[in-house]
Parts: sequence; structure tokens; C-alpha cells
Amino acid sequence: MMNSIKLKGALLSVILFLMMLAVWHLATAPKSGINQPDRVSTATASSGNSEYDLLMGKGSKDVAPDQKSGFPTLTQMGETFYKQLSDPFYDKGPNDKGIGIQLAYSLARVSLGFLLALVVALPVGFLIGMSPLLSAALNPFIQILKPISPLAWMPIALYTIKDSSISGVFVIFICSIWPMLINTAFGVASVRKELLNVAKTLEVNPIRKAFKVILPAAAPTILTGMRISMGIAWLVIVAAEMLVGGTGIGYFLWNEWNNLAISSVLFAIVVIGFVGMLLDMLFAKLQKMVTYAD
Amino acid sequence: MSIHKPFDPDRPLFSNRCSCGKHASAAEHEAANLQKINEEQESANFIEASLVKALFPQEARRRAFLRAVGTGGAMSALSGFLPVGALQAMAQEKAPLEKRDLKIGFIAITCATPLIMADPLGFYKKQGLNVTLNKTAGWALIRDKMLSKEHDASHFLSPMPIAMSMGLGSDPSQMRVATIQNTNGQAITLANKHKDKRDPKMWKGMKFAVPFEYSMHNFLLRYYVAQAGLDPDKDIQIRVTPPPEMVANLRAGNIDGFLGPDPFNQRAVYDEVGFITILTKDIWDGHPCCAFGTSEEFIRKNPNTFAALYRAVINASTMARNPENRPLIAKVISPQNYLNQPETVVMQVLTGKFADGLGNVQNVPDRIDFNPIPWYSMSTWMLTQMQRWGYVKGDVNYKDISEKVFLLTDAKKYMQETNAPMTAQAKASSGNPKFKIMGREFDPANAAAYSKSFAISKA
Repeated sequence: MMNSIKLKGALLSVILFLMMLAVWHLATAPKSGINQPDRVSTATASSGNSEYDLLMGKGSKDVAPDQKSGFPTLTQMGETFYKQLSDPFYDKGPNDKGIGIQLAYSLARVSLGFLLALVVALPVGFLIGMSPLLSAALNPFIQILKPISPLAWMPIALYTIKDSSISGVFVIFICSIWPMLINTAFGVASVRKELLNVAKTLEVNPIRKAFKVILPAAAPTILTGMRISMGIAWLVIVAAEMLVGGTGIGYFLWNEWNNLAISSVLFAIVVIGFVGMLLDMLFAKLQKMVTYAD
Repeated sequence: MSIHKPFDPDRPLFSNRCSCGKHASAAEHEAANLQKINEEQESANFIEASLVKALFPQEARRRAFLRAVGTGGAMSALSGFLPVGALQAMAQEKAPLEKRDLKIGFIAITCATPLIMADPLGFYKKQGLNVTLNKTAGWALIRDKMLSKEHDASHFLSPMPIAMSMGLGSDPSQMRVATIQNTNGQAITLANKHKDKRDPKMWKGMKFAVPFEYSMHNFLLRYYVAQAGLDPDKDIQIRVTPPPEMVANLRAGNIDGFLGPDPFNQRAVYDEVGFITILTKDIWDGHPCCAFGTSEEFIRKNPNTFAALYRAVINASTMARNPENRPLIAKVISPQNYLNQPETVVMQVLTGKFADGLGNVQNVPDRIDFNPIPWYSMSTWMLTQMQRWGYVKGDVNYKDISEKVFLLTDAKKYMQETNAPMTAQAKASSGNPKFKIMGREFDPANAAAYSKSFAISKA
């Protein structure tokens, strides 16, 4: 029964996807079919010369039509996908690198910021979770800092750190720290009393209690926090890189936008979505590993 | 390794013996000759050798040519059309560079042409510099990265270094303009639906975009609509928008037009969303637009590096000024690494033969030019407009600021050194030539009166 639902679901997904492509095709392809003669006729009517058309990128095979920034057709999308994915690791100077290299830069920034946040959030979260006093003291700060948009930190970061790539990492750090901190604190605070009581009866020392009792019990909640953080970090890195430029998938997207190349922008969006999904799946796996049945 | 004699056809190709045949090995020959060759000669030889090698990359051909013409003949023939002497003099003058690896910021627009082309065409390398060109996402970031010293030198909008030095919109930090990157090269582009509204008097209520507050774009647009009797602060709306978004916003109908940098005016035409209504050349012929500069601190710490950078950019400007070179330049600066634009679009901007979006092919060879001289009077005019529109309050010492920011004397010096063409007027002028803007003459000597003389103004 379960299997058949899964199968049906997959089938439905494929059908939906094909329908989406069909709508896309219908929305883009015939338009150019209808408009093309129309456009040419207005151009010839007003100019009457082929030189003008040539300057407008028409009537010449050298000028690929997809360089225009209209909405791309499916064929153009396919070409973009093929072109980008067939050679993902080329490096033609500081401003032109393959999608693979750009992704690597983004992932490196995200993991660095994320790990830094982890290093801070876990111990602090533990302390807050174990001590109601600390929790009450730090809570107002967390509540105020948590809702600030990570990109709002960017100008401050650029101004104080004076280095754009470190600023990028800092923005990832500042945005991924809160979900981890709050979830860790919550997980630690809500470890079941029975477990703590057993530990107390057995006279376990505090360090051992933290690592052997509280950590495993709070691990699923902590990983939930990490999963949320990773999702936010991946959202933010694209925006941050669009802002500061240089390298990364966000820069790639911005650079293609600079060229008004909508097909490449769409390609970047799809790639961002896929990588985000993979990251999320990775954390879902980790979460499964530490979850135990009662 | 020593440098071989470039004009000697009988130099052995792969032999272990030395070139004169008197010594057992090349090393021994070197040792014997070491005292004779002074450094100057060696560097001259090196330059000759690389020139001859560049002309005839194939060893066999080079030898055949040298034999056929004779060494003396070849030398005089080559030096006739190659600036061998000048290059040798320049190379000798080169002092050791303080910093070889440089990061230079730029915005992907044709205004940055000399700065960009210097990379693929090897102008930086020729000066011994290893330059990384950083495409930067916006003008505010250009400013921030210069202030944070992430970039050693940068492409600027020419009013930016003035504003930064005066501490407008940022902490005061002394910046210097080495050269003007380009003159002219901007345009006012309107959305297609405004084809019958080419007269600026009809622009009341329209929304326009400019790339940055402290830009010639902003000042020229304000000047232009004010001449038509509109108050740019009340009758139209001016938004700061990054250039690529100008085209997208024009398509979406969010703005009615923009005074922006190329290739985006041409791109709007190419994408059939707008038309070019007036080139900024027709507002002020020869107006400065973008600049190349760096901080005062960088120059103080790295004078030789700065000189090398100066020579590279002046050389690039000189090459870019020649219309014959423009197609080649369009080709090398169009790829993804630099402008990331269709070559046809860049070509139309640089050659001045362009489709205007109204069905005409226009031919304006000086649509964009690359005259590098940073006249003090240009800076003075910018200051008067900053006063006029309320960016600067009170009296301004035009002369002091201009002479501090614009490095006119250095530009002239390096132009003479690199044999860049200069008009007699440029050589003789005091640095404050007068300009005509929309028919009205600007006399920098009476700048204060000028800035107060406008009917529409905040001063």
C-alpha cells in the first residue's frame, strides 16, 4: 500500500513537471513565432535597411538570439544547462569561473560560518539550557538579535571587518547561530527528568552527565536547530554574494543578471535549489541517526 | 640567463658552444663578456629582442628575414615604426616596484575600457604588474572597498574621489584621480512608449534612474532637465539604480528613462525596450565621466608601483583613443570575465555607429572617447553642481580641492613620457580650460558666481 502511494506520487510529480514544461513551452515558443514577423516588419518599415537589423542582432547567424534578455525558451534553457554542466570547473580569470568552482566557494563560506556558529552556539546553548538564571539573563538579547535580517548586518560587517569575504562568513555566522542556540537550549532544558534523576542516583559527575545523558537526549532537537540554520545559511549566502561580488553562486547569478541573461539566472536558481535540497537531506539523515525510539 | 643579441642571424640555435665560437660553453662566454655588458645595454637588448621575437615568433623566419635585409637594415626598419627608443627609455627609468600584485576594482561598463583592456592586452604585465581586476557589484561597494583597502586602486565615477576626500557620504579619506577614464559615452534612454516625448519639457512626473548620487550622470541629468525648466527634485523623480537593473526596470515600466552608462543604453535598444534620445556628448561635448584613481596613502607608500600603473593606464587610453583599435577592444572586453555583454552591443558603443532604437543608424565616432587628462576645471564644475543641488553647503575652495584630488601634472608627465598624443592646448594650458555646456560657457575662475547663477537651484 505504502509503496504504491509512493510510486503514484512520483508519477504525479513527473506529470506535473511535464505539464510545467509544456506551459513554459507554450508561453515562450509561439510568442516568438507570432512576434517575429511582426517585429521584423516594424523594423523594416521604420528603417528599411538590413544594417539596422544587424545592429539590433537580427538577420545574422553570428548573434545568438538567447543573448537578448527576453524570457528564454525551453531549447535555450537546455542549451544553458548543457553549456554550464558540461564544463563546470573552468577558470578563465577572476571574474569568470565555472559553476562547480562557484558552488565550492559558496559551500566553503557557508560551512566556515556554520562551523563557527556551531562552536559558539552549542556550549552557550548548553549553559542556557542547564541554568535558568543564564537563560533569563540572555533571553532579551537573543530575542532582539534573532529577528534581525542577516543582510542588515552586511554594511556594519563591511565597515568594521573591512574585508568582504570575511564579512560574508560573518553574516553566515550571525544568521545561523540563533536557531542552533535556541534549539540547543530548548533540547537541553527539556531532557526528561527521569534520565536526570537516574544520573543523580548513580552519582555521575557533571561532565559525564553532560556528554552521556543530556547530549544524546537533546541531540535530535539540536540537529533540528542545525538543520534550520543550514537552510537559512544557504538562503543568505546567495544574497550576500550578490551584494559583495567576487566569487560564489550568488556572484554567478549577479554576473549573469548583469548580462541580463535570464536563462543563466534561471539555471543558477535551479542549482541553488538542488544544492539546498541536498544540504537539507544531509541533515535529515544525521537527524535520523541520532533519533531514538522511546 | 643572459640576453642574446637579437639582430644576429648567426647565433647558434641549440649548440652548447658559445655564440662567438671562441669559448667552450655559453657560460664561459658569458663570464668573459660579463664586464663588457653594462646593465643599460642589457635591458635595451632585452626589449629589442622581445620586439623582434614578437614580430617573428618563428625562429627560422626571423633568421631568414635578418639575413635578407641585413642587421642594420632590419634595425632601422623596425625602429621606424616601433617606439623602440621610447620603450627602452621607459624600461630603464623603472625603479623597483614596491608591490607587484595589485587588486583593482571596476564596474562592468564601457567607461572602464582602458582599465579593463589593459589586462587582456598585457599593458599591466608590460609594466611588471600582476593585476587582478575585481568586478564589483556597485558604486557604494567600490567606495567601501577603497576605504577598507581591499582594492589598491579603482575605477571611480569622477565626482566620487572628490566626495570621498571631502567626507561626503563616507568618512573623509584622501583620494586621488590619476586619469579620467572616459569622456562622453553616456546617454539618456527613454522607454519605447515615450517616443513622442523627446522634449525634456514634457518629462514632468517621469521617473529616472542614475547609477550613483555622486556621478556625472546625476549632475548631467539634473542640468539637462533644469535647462528645460523642470526642477529635478520636484518635477521628476531620480532614483539610484545599478545599471543592469535600469534595463529591467525600463522593461517592467518602473522607470520612464535613465541617464546611465553604456553598454546599458545600447542594451536597452538591443533588447527593444527603449531608445536613445540624447547622447551626453550633446549636453557637454568632452565631459568627463569615470576616473581611475587610488588613495593618497597608496601613492605615498608605493610611488614606483603607482607610476607603473599610471603608465599602463595611459598607454591603454592612448590605444583606446585610436578609432582603428576600437573593434579589437570591443572584442577583448566583451567576454564574461569583463563586461559580459554581447559583442555587437559593445561594438556599437565604442565605434559610435549604432542603432538608436528609433529605426535610424547613427554615426557618431566620438560617442565615447578616452581622453585621460584630469583638468582642474572639470572638478571645479562638479563642485559647483554639488553646491547647486545641496550636496555641499556653504563656500567651497574649488582650487584647493581640485588640485589636491586631480593629479593633472602627473597625468601630463606620464603622457609625455609614454608619447601619448596631446594637443598643443593641453600642453600649454594652465589646467583650467573653459567648457561649454549646452551652449553656456563655464569659466572656472568665476565658479562661485556660476554655482549661484542658476534659476533652478538649491544653493
